[in-house]
This record gives sequence, C-alpha cells and structure tokens, in this order.
Amino acid sequence: MRSIGKFLSSAWRALFDDPVRAFGVVSLILLLTLAIAPAKDHFSQWHSYQRKYLALIRDRGDAVSLRRRMEPGIHQIWLPELGVVDRCTTCHLSLKEASLSDVTQQPFRRHPAIPHTVDGFGCVICHGGQGPATTVAEAHHSERAGEEPILPMRYIESGCGQCHQNALAGTPQLNLGRTMLTRYGCVHCHAITRPDGSKIDATDHPPSLAHIADKTTREWIFSWLKDPQAYAASTTMPNFKLSDPDAGDISAYLVSSSTPHAGDTVASGTKPAGAADPAAGPTLYGESFCASCHAVQNAAGNLVGGDLGPELTRIGNKAKLEWLAAWLQNPRVYDATTPMPHYRFTSQQIATLVDFLQAKSDSDYGSGVHLDAATPQQIAHGRKLIVEMGCAACHEINGVQKPENFAPELSSIGSKPLAQIVFLPDMEHSLPGYIAAKIRQPRAFGPSVKMPQFTFTASQTDALTTALLALTARSRSMPDSLRVAAIPETNYQPAGHAGKLITELACFSCHRFNGRGGDMAPDLSWEGSSVQRPWLTAFLHNPNTLRPSLIRRMPRFNLSDSDNTELTNYILSVYQSPAIDADLAPTTTTPDAVEHGRQLFYSKYACQACHIVDTKTDKGYIGPTLTQVGSRLTPAWIYAWLKNPQALRPGVAEPNQKLSDEDARALTAFLMSLKGPSGRGAK
Amino acid sequence: MMMRPTANLKIWASAAMALLSLATLAGCRHQAPANAGLKATAQGTALVESSGGHQVGATGTALKDPLVVQVNDDQGNAVTGTLVEFHGPAGVSFDPSAVLTDSSGQATTAVTLGDTSGRYHIDAVTPGKTKPVSLDIVETALDYQERLGAILADKYCSRCHDPESSPVRVSNYDNLEVKPHPFTEGNTLNKMSDADLTSIIQHGGPALNRTALMPPYGNTLSGSEVKALIAYTRAVSDPPYQPPGTVYERK
Repeated sequence: MRSIGKFLSSAWRALFDDPVRAFGVVSLILLLTLAIAPAKDHFSQWHSYQRKYLALIRDRGDAVSLRRRMEPGIHQIWLPELGVVDRCTTCHLSLKEASLSDVTQQPFRRHPAIPHTVDGFGCVICHGGQGPATTVAEAHHSERAGEEPILPMRYIESGCGQCHQNALAGTPQLNLGRTMLTRYGCVHCHAITRPDGSKIDATDHPPSLAHIADKTTREWIFSWLKDPQAYAASTTMPNFKLSDPDAGDISAYLVSSSTPHAGDTVASGTKPAGAADPAAGPTLYGESFCASCHAVQNAAGNLVGGDLGPELTRIGNKAKLEWLAAWLQNPRVYDATTPMPHYRFTSQQIATLVDFLQAKSDSDYGSGVHLDAATPQQIAHGRKLIVEMGCAACHEINGVQKPENFAPELSSIGSKPLAQIVFLPDMEHSLPGYIAAKIRQPRAFGPSVKMPQFTFTASQTDALTTALLALTARSRSMPDSLRVAAIPETNYQPAGHAGKLITELACFSCHRFNGRGGDMAPDLSWEGSSVQRPWLTAFLHNPNTLRPSLIRRMPRFNLSDSDNTELTNYILSVYQSPAIDADLAPTTTTPDAVEHGRQLFYSKYACQACHIVDTKTDKGYIGPTLTQVGSRLTPAWIYAWLKNPQALRPGVAEPNQKLSDEDARALTAFLMSLKGPSGRGAK
Repeated sequence: MMMRPTANLKIWASAAMALLSLATLAGCRHQAPANAGLKATAQGTALVESSGGHQVGATGTALKDPLVVQVNDDQGNAVTGTLVEFHGPAGVSFDPSAVLTDSSGQATTAVTLGDTSGRYHIDAVTPGKTKPVSLDIVETALDYQERLGAILADKYCSRCHDPESSPVRVSNYDNLEVKPHPFTEGNTLNKMSDADLTSIIQHGGPALNRTALMPPYGNTLSGSEVKALIAYTRAVSDPPYQPPGTVYERK
C-alpha cells in the first residue's frame, strides 16, 4: 500500500512538477486520445479486408482497372422502399468483377449471374443477415433480438419468393414447395394469406368420410390410421402415430357416424370377362388410361403411373365390391366434386374392372386386425379424438364441425423471431433449421404437438422450408408495385348441357380452359379455332390417334352420339381464338404451292427433325405426327401457328421461326394436303 | 515495444505457428472423419463407384440420388463390413460421412454440395494401415444461371441433344440424320466460342453452315435465356471448359 503511494507520488512529481513538462505530457495524452478514432478505423475488420483485397488484385493483369473501380471506405446500398441498408459490399468488394471469376475465397468471390443487380436490390433481401453491420460476426451470425443469421444457400430461392408470388422458371425448389403447401393440404390446418391478401387454397382432395362405411370396413380404417404409408406409399395422408385403442375408437366413430347413401353400392350382377379372358382386365385398365392418374407398385417396388388419383396397389384390401362397382359406374354419386371422370362403362366393363381391381390386394395387409364391436364409450372417445386431432379440418365427418384456425397461421413464418422459438437441445438456433426440423419430425418438439408425421424426402423438406421462409414480413410490407402477383385460377364454368358433360368427364382434371384446370393435357381454350369438326367427333369417340409416344393419354369415354355432337358443337363454337380469322386463311392448294411447301418443310425448315409426315422416311417424334394434319387442323390455325406458335400456346417448345407470309402460306398448303389414309387413323 | 528480444521472437514464432496451422486447416480439403463407433471388420482391395457419381445439382443443395460405392476384394467379390469414409472440398457435407459396407459390399451416403458452382472432387477412402484404397468421384454444382440453362435445356434441347432415353421421355437423337452434339461433349463444344454458340442457338444450324435440323430459337428464347443455356453447356462439358483468359498473373 505504502509503496504504491510512494510510487504514484514520485510519478506525479516526475511528470507534472515542471510546468513545461506537464504541458508536454498533457499534449501527448490529448494527441493519443485524438488518435483513438482513426486507429479504431484502421484496425477494424472491414479495413483489413479492403487491404487484403488490394493485395489480392495487386498481381493481376488488370490490377490498374480493378484498383480504379475499388472505392475505399464503407460502402452502403440504401433502398428506402425495401427497407434495405446494406454495407455488405464494404468487404464483398468484387461481386461485380467478372475477371475475378477464378477467386473462390470469401469475401472476394464474384456473385454468380442472376437477373438482378446488387445496386438495385441489395444483399439481405435474398441472403438475410444484418445489412448495416460492419463486423463479420454481427452481419452473418447474430442471434440477437430482431436480428437473423444469414440464410443457408440451400434455401436461397426463398429470397425470390418474397416478391415473385408467381412460378419462376429458375426456382424449381420454391415452386415445388409452394405446390406442396397446397397438395399436401398444409393449408387445411395452417391458414396462409399471400402478401396481396389472397388466401392459399388446398388442391388436394381429402375424401368426405360421411358415407365411409359404404366404401370400406372398420378394420381397413384401423390399419390405415395406424400407418397410411403401409397401405399406399405415395399417399399424402400423414401418420398421426395413434395407439391401437385410439385408432380403434376413431374407426368406431367413423363407421357408426357414417350414413348410407343411395346409389353408393350396386350389386354386381354381370359376370366379369376375366373368367373367359384373363387379359381383359389389364387391357381395359390400360385402354382407359387409368395409369395417367393412378399409380400401382410394380414387382420392383417402383410406383408406375400418375399421382392425380390415389395409388391402387392394394385397392382390393380397401374397397368393398359393391362400392367399387357403383364408383366405376358414376363416381359423382359418391363424391360430387371428384377429379375422376364419369367413364360411362358398360356393366360388363364394370364387372371386368372390379374383378381386376379386387385382385390388387395384399393378403398380409391388415391380417392381424380383429376389432370387437365398439361400445358407446369407445365411440364417444373416438369422437373426442377426432375433435382433438382436427381430422375434420381436412375430411367431412358427420357430427364434427370443421375447426377454424386449427393450427397457427403461417402467413409471416419467414420472419418469426428466434426469441419466440423453443429450440430442442443440441439444435442449431436458426429459423430454417427450426422449420425443417418441425417438418421432419413434428412430434419431437413435445408430446402435446398435434402435427402429424409426414413422409417427405430430404429435397421435399428443403422445398417446403424454402416456400415457408419466403413468407416474410418484408414481403408483406413492401409496396404492391414491387411484387409480381401469382396468376390465380379462374372459376370459369362452361354452361348448358355441354358444360355438364365437361364437368362429368372431369375435363378440367387434365385440360385447361380459360385459365382453369390441370396441365397434364393441352390447353383447350382455343380448340374451336384449331380443329375440324369430323376429326373432333371421331377423336372424342376414339382418342388414340394423337401423339402415340405419350404415356399419359386421353382415355375413351364411351360417349353417346348425341352427347358427342353436343360437346363437339360447344367446343367448336365457344373455344374460338379472337386472333384467328378463318376468312383470312390461305386457300391456295395448287400442286405448285403444295410442292413448294414440301420443299420448305424438308430442306429450309427441316421440320422432319421433330414431325413425321411420311411414316416411311420421317422419324422425328417430338411434335405431333402430321400424317393426317390436313384432316385435323383448320388452315387458319396452321397459318397462325406457323407465324407464331407461342402466341397461340404460351411456352410451347416449337420455335417461332418468324416465317414470311409467303413461306407460311406454302407450308400451310402442304400441310393441308396431308389428309392421311382414308378410313383408318394414322399410326 | 520494450520487450526482451527473446520474448519477442517467441511471440512471433508462436503467431507464425498459429497462422501456419490455421492455413493448413483452411487449406486442407479433408474433413475430420466422423467414424466414431464404427469398427471395420474386413478390408477390401478395390473401391468402385456403383451409382450417384457425375450428378449435376444446384449449389448448396443435396444431390438427388445418394452416392453408392462398393468395396471388392482381390477376386472382385463384394466385402461386407469395411469402413468407407467420404471426404470432399470445403462446403461439401455427407450424411453419413463414414459408413460400413452392407451385405452387398455397398456404402451409401447423401451428398450436399458447397455454395460455389463448379466441379467437386469427392474421395471415398477405406482407411487402414495395410492398404488404404481411395476413389475419386466428380459431382457438379450449378449456380442460378447455369441451372436456369439446365431447365431450359430440358425443355427445348435435351429431346434431341441427349442420346439417353428415360421411361417418361424417348430421345429423338437416333432419329436424326445429322447427330446433334450432347452438351457434355467438351471436345467439340469447348472449341466453339460463346458467339458461335449464341449464333447457332439464335439462328439455327445454317448460321454456321450446319444442318437445318437445328432450328432457330432467337425469337423464342430471350437473350438472357440463351446466355443461361451456354453457361449450362460450359458447366457440364467434359473435359471441363476453360474460359478464354482474362485471368493472368504478372510474373
């Protein structure tokens, strides 16, 4: 103590005894204090990166121009409309330097080519992180309140989705995720509104369970509830991880509350053709193109077929014979809004198909299930479980109301503050990590979590996470003019008897008309301008002539002659393109014009690369076969199509060759001369 | 700055050591093996790629198909219970990064590519004192523009330019009198400049005195879409494409 005091007093005397020396010491202290600010600046992280950048470019051939473009000091991109204050370019100095494309070391990597400029959009809009920060740690990894760590690259497409509500060609992952939100029925429980206020609607078709007992047995319902994927690997129904008694009680309630519905079952009186001809079933199944929508597992365990309808690998275990017959007779009796067409099968055909489908069963499936008759207590408990699990959010169930807002709304999930999230132990503290973990294993977050277990692949989980991360507060707060709106499905409904036929045949499941419908088959909005009447009539009777290389094809609907005429008339008169004037159609069909067209077809434009005109010599089969195009299409349509295919069908792969009027006329004349062999369809 | 010179030296030396070790850590392309708890019960003498090599994915994402390698012995029989470790450049991750071969001698892992586009060399190694064997596998990561090109190629080009048919799509390659060049055919495409490729895509084969079977896409694809297609062909070309040099060092 004493020695310290002694030392201090001697130091004081040494420094301040002499006024001149004291002045010098004070001046020195002042100078040092003044130097703190520039020194801090000099030793700051960003400054050292700028020095490293200068060292990096020093030995390069274009060092002079690189150095001229490099501005020292803090850079800032300020975009008030988007709320962007980004200083990332202070260290990431060479984002725009094309000549540095060989540099892979950060922060000096060149930004890969994207449709936007860094100056126009900043960085954090897509990448997350803290724009104004000037240290590496705060900019990239901060978890403090209101701040977010940088977005991992695997979810980067979520950045695009904040402004682009429509499907972009370059963001397949985001597009898949958005489709999954509707296809897997996420939005039945979690409400999601887009930034423009429109609601995301589900596109799956959870069946009504009001008449479930007509369709299947309580034992099947039990096995299904226990593990839906064991019945059909591709089903979108999640696994609720029910105990045996719970699954038994729910099945008891569903069966007891099910009411019989007139016409749901028919006794199968006709003998199936299968007994006489074992190939009849598979042939009819193939001819009806059931596989366009329904998948079946083949011997190798791979699913073969479409995913529009349910998988049929074990349909024989599920559907009651009488119900299946009634369903095939007219699916709209059991389910008025089903995407399945009313095929108009004969009773013989129905019997054949029922026989064929009944054989698609697995004798092991559900063999160990024996349920005793349910007590009233069990039924009541089943109802209680149904209410608790929110089954009615997806399915119509007698005696249970559809719950509103059953699960948390996800409209701004992409901006959920980290402080509001309860992370699991050993879990990475980040929003993408949380969302992905929740999708992967919802029940890991506690026994009270009701969200069921979905079966997603790793890339599906990533896609769904990406779509959810795009739902940010920024995307809601930015001006509407900056967003690209989603193209909503119209509620177009054709009128009259033909409209009823179009609904019954479920044309909308595959075809698109006036902005509504599926994308499996061509858009028919302008079909009336396109085809000739005799061809259309014949095609509706037997649609096997067009595009033989396609695996998913138009099925045959067994339409009556009067229905066929009605539908043909409607299509030809209603679905007309305003851009096509039949009166302006080229009418020259002189042999000279046809020959000139043939020359153009084979040599100048080499159309045979993709189209077949003569089955003996031509081989290309990317586009439709044209052997009888003169009997199928109208000259006005061919002419307009040749002039600009994308104007008639946006996105079609055939290139627009900007043909001269003269060439287009000659080609039209040639194509119209291809009437095809009379009396039979071309190959 | 009033330190004794020896202390000074020591500090510098330790700083240099730290820097050196940091540099080796950063420059090391091998990750720490995560084979905790896995004990190899057998050794093989050869590693072969079964499937999952030469895939093309997007930067930062998991590859579509798992990587499967097989361990064989001298006679070419599959060996069960061999430890296989997967190593890759910085940014590449494996799930799992070490695995024992199954009853058919195969080791399977899911690969997630790094954030930079380009080719990734992945090593599969069977560690062992006697005879470690390794296998080099190449995967390609595409950036935004290259992947957009891949999507466009799939829609407009692959039906003719890709000779492989798939169950859902039959290739038109064999039907053409003049065979198109697959986009991976670096020996031909690397010799064509970006301007040549642009011109043949936009104006068709006749623009370069080639066949009219290649139609013009200049009115169908935008300029940036053509650029994306070229970027994609450059990214997948084999042997790899070397851009004309703007990058050169002053000696």
